[in-house]
Amino acid sequence: MSKITLSRALNEGLRRSLENDPKVMIMGEDVGRLGGVFRVTDGLQKDFGEHRVVDTPLAESGIVGTAIGLALRGYRPVCEIQFDGFVYPATDQIVSQLAKMRYRSRGSVTLPVVIRIPFGGGIGAVEHHSESPEVFFAHTAGLRVVACADPADAFAMIQLAIAADDPVIFFEPKRRYWDKAEVDMAAPLSDALPLDKARMVHAGDDVTLLSYGPLVRTCLEAALAAREDGRSIEVIDLRSLSPLDMATIEASVARTGRCVIAHEAPVYAGLGAEIAARVTEHCFYSLEAPVLRVGGFAIPYPPATAEEYYLPDLDRILDAVDRTFAY
Amino acid sequence: MATPPHGHDEKEWHVTTETVQLLTPEGERVDHPDYPLGDVDIKGMYRDMVLVRRIDTEAIALQRQGELGLWASLLGQEAAQIGSARALSPRDMAFPSYREHGVAWCRGLDPLRLLEMFRGVNNGAWDPKEHKFHLYTVVIGDQTLHATGYAMGIQRDGSEDEAVIVYFGDGATSQGDVSEAFAWSSVFNAPLVFFCQNNQFAISAPPERQSRVPIFQRSSGFGFPGIQVDGNDVLACYAVTRQAMRAAREGQGPTLIEAFTYRMGAHTTTDDPTRYRMASELETWRLRDPIERVRSYLARNGEADSAFFEQVAEEADELAAKLRAACLALPDPPPLALFDHVYAGDNAILDAERAQFAAYLAGFEDEGAAR
Repeated sequence: MSKITLSRALNEGLRRSLENDPKVMIMGEDVGRLGGVFRVTDGLQKDFGEHRVVDTPLAESGIVGTAIGLALRGYRPVCEIQFDGFVYPATDQIVSQLAKMRYRSRGSVTLPVVIRIPFGGGIGAVEHHSESPEVFFAHTAGLRVVACADPADAFAMIQLAIAADDPVIFFEPKRRYWDKAEVDMAAPLSDALPLDKARMVHAGDDVTLLSYGPLVRTCLEAALAAREDGRSIEVIDLRSLSPLDMATIEASVARTGRCVIAHEAPVYAGLGAEIAARVTEHCFYSLEAPVLRVGGFAIPYPPATAEEYYLPDLDRILDAVDRTFAY
Repeated sequence: MATPPHGHDEKEWHVTTETVQLLTPEGERVDHPDYPLGDVDIKGMYRDMVLVRRIDTEAIALQRQGELGLWASLLGQEAAQIGSARALSPRDMAFPSYREHGVAWCRGLDPLRLLEMFRGVNNGAWDPKEHKFHLYTVVIGDQTLHATGYAMGIQRDGSEDEAVIVYFGDGATSQGDVSEAFAWSSVFNAPLVFFCQNNQFAISAPPERQSRVPIFQRSSGFGFPGIQVDGNDVLACYAVTRQAMRAAREGQGPTLIEAFTYRMGAHTTTDDPTRYRMASELETWRLRDPIERVRSYLARNGEADSAFFEQVAEEADELAAKLRAACLALPDPPPLALFDHVYAGDNAILDAERAQFAAYLAGFEDEGAAR
């Protein structure tokens, strides 16, 4: 066991995948010589060569479009989109081609492509570098959408995503890249929690708090803070945003009777809305209060000096928790 | 001479200054110093062109009779498609747009697969690996990047006896993806031939709305050769494509071929070209019909007699009748098949929806049984 950063854990996971399967490739802007702007692919081109770790031209549609072609040829490309706000030029290739080609071909085409996207704010960046576009992809049938939250899970999840035969949009919480934790790199991947399962990260009895990506840590901090006030929060890391693991969510809410969902993406038409509708339908007789959401406002991502007002923090999350007890 | 670390390898390329033609509209053979024709099966080319035109005619009739939802006619583009596709080896991979019925034919795909898509019983569901012919791509230009990636895969496999051809139209050249594919294939020196059928219409918009320079000259700025070929000349399309594919297999990188042709039919069966083009223009192009000139050539040189032409015409009618019958017999997909093949793995949300919809449907059955 060793204590490593989330960025390093992803790097080790990618390395493991490159070692285990000669068809795995990494491609993207600056992923080779530079090792990626967040150093997630650091050293991989040196060890696996320019043919497997490809510095691409600066064109996101090209990255995803050529990854599809490589997958048609039998490769398993892992694409890096440098920042969340730069994925939109690739949207057509992702939504119209990557997501639908299996369906269109009635199963004769398999596209095991992973698209890694650092997402979320809190790093004081300029515009287009702090967004949370996950719902666009969760709304697209044919894609799997996941978000990792901590180093140990990131190490397993990236390998599971690469091994999956479906296209996976893999969100990485960029402000948590430098968080450190113990990662058991000797643990067999077969023991890892499957990619489409949520996991309870903090047990509690009074309210279920759901989140994913960068806010999982914030929710854990909120749970610890609430404990001092005698309130017991159960925190669940969704991990999979499409499909949602509703069984895990509903089992928890059925027990606690309250549910709060936190994400950085705008609340309006966000993932929280989908979860709230499903929880309301399936846990109706267990609920003591309406399902509440806390997240970004219905505005474009604000300038960096104002992002603290936009991003849900510990206090805003606990405020939502408090409100569920007001009913 | 030392190259600067960030410099480019020296590579020469050129664009043609003339349109390559090996068979005139009157059916006379002309030689071109750069594109020797050699021994080719011209009768076979004629047969292919007649058969795909007959398939096309039948498909339009089926649409008019309500048996297809839509059809995109290839009328006028038979030479561009048959000539280029016959230049491919069985190992080469072809990426079509959605009008490449002639290419599909040459790759050995059952035309019924095309009709299934336009009838709406599926979305064009063949196995691309089986005939080395990718799925039809409806979003304009997307497939050029898929072809580029596939060609990069050939490079990684170290294969030297296969290359890729990608088909697109004049309208597609305005799409960003096509420019990206030009740039990528050039910098990676991918074994790829860009085959642009300039049929002079992006639905209603003329090529002048897409480009101020001739399309084949576009390659120059990306650093690879561009050639314009008479797209109604099956021999020229064949010879030019064969040479470009050979160059790609030999590691010389991409080539852009602009086959200058004319869409004699409508964009699709929903279109009305009388709103944007003169009947006289169509008449001019009828005189350059890609099939007629081969027929003239074969007849004039005694390579084929009237019995051959009659036999091909009969074969075409038989093919059309068989295709029509098979089309009418196509079953609609059962409702629950909607949920198949979305994912390779399990998906609990989708499974729940399928189960719920199945229960809903079963409710009607129970109702029927109770009566």
